[in-house]
Amino acid sequence: MNAATAAVGRIETVELRIPRKAEWVAVARLAVAAVANRLAFSVEDIEDLKLAIAEACTNCIRHTNGNASIDIVCEAEPDLLRLIVRDHCFDLPPQRPRAVGEPAGDAGGLGIFIIESLMDHVAFEPTANGPTELVMTKRVGA
Amino acid sequence: MDIKVQVRESEDDAYVVELSGEIDVYTSPKVKDAITELIDQGHYNLVINLEKVRYIDSTGLGVLIGGLKRVREHGGSVNLVCTNPQIRKIFDITGLVKIFGIFENEQDAKKALV
Repeated sequence: MNAATAAVGRIETVELRIPRKAEWVAVARLAVAAVANRLAFSVEDIEDLKLAIAEACTNCIRHTNGNASIDIVCEAEPDLLRLIVRDHCFDLPPQRPRAVGEPAGDAGGLGIFIIESLMDHVAFEPTANGPTELVMTKRVGA
Repeated sequence: MDIKVQVRESEDDAYVVELSGEIDVYTSPKVKDAITELIDQGHYNLVINLEKVRYIDSTGLGVLIGGLKRVREHGGSVNLVCTNPQIRKIFDITGLVKIFGIFENEQDAKKALV
């Protein structure tokens, strides 16, 4: 784990790089929970953040090959937490999200759907190197 | 992080799979193996008790959905016991409350099996 914080204006950043292996997803969950706990998130919101980051990491593990790492950046502002997940797994078009309450016939696409349900804002943004990164934002008390 | 899986036979040809811990991309294969083994043995009425589960993600949901699909092919059913509000919330937002029978206790879940 390579964690560092740097104050940029009112944004504090924590970075984490984990191996692209299933056994490391729990570490990402715990790290994000620890960061969220520094802000005024409720216990329920912290659980949402843990699930969202786990789904993003799981998506990377499921849809990429090789031994690449998963980079996670947590940008903490006083009233929000932004989670950025970078890998080469998000350059596929996101699957159509289900409407809330629409039954899931199978597990396919559930991860992204859960992320979009739990977070306030979700975006797939291109990077300078080509692959897309997943940016998820949750506001305190939203 | 770990998952404990306990399987026990109940009355009326039902089997109870009691899970404790966290179900994610790392631990869900163990859950899948337990459910698959029961189905392969011809047990198609299952109660999966999630009362002691602290966390579940889409991988865990996928295992439950897969199990339900397989038992339904044989006229069976899977009912869940779930009292954790955070876990119940995941079933609500994914719409899986419409697919699974979800109960507050094991007795009700077993009674409702077809």
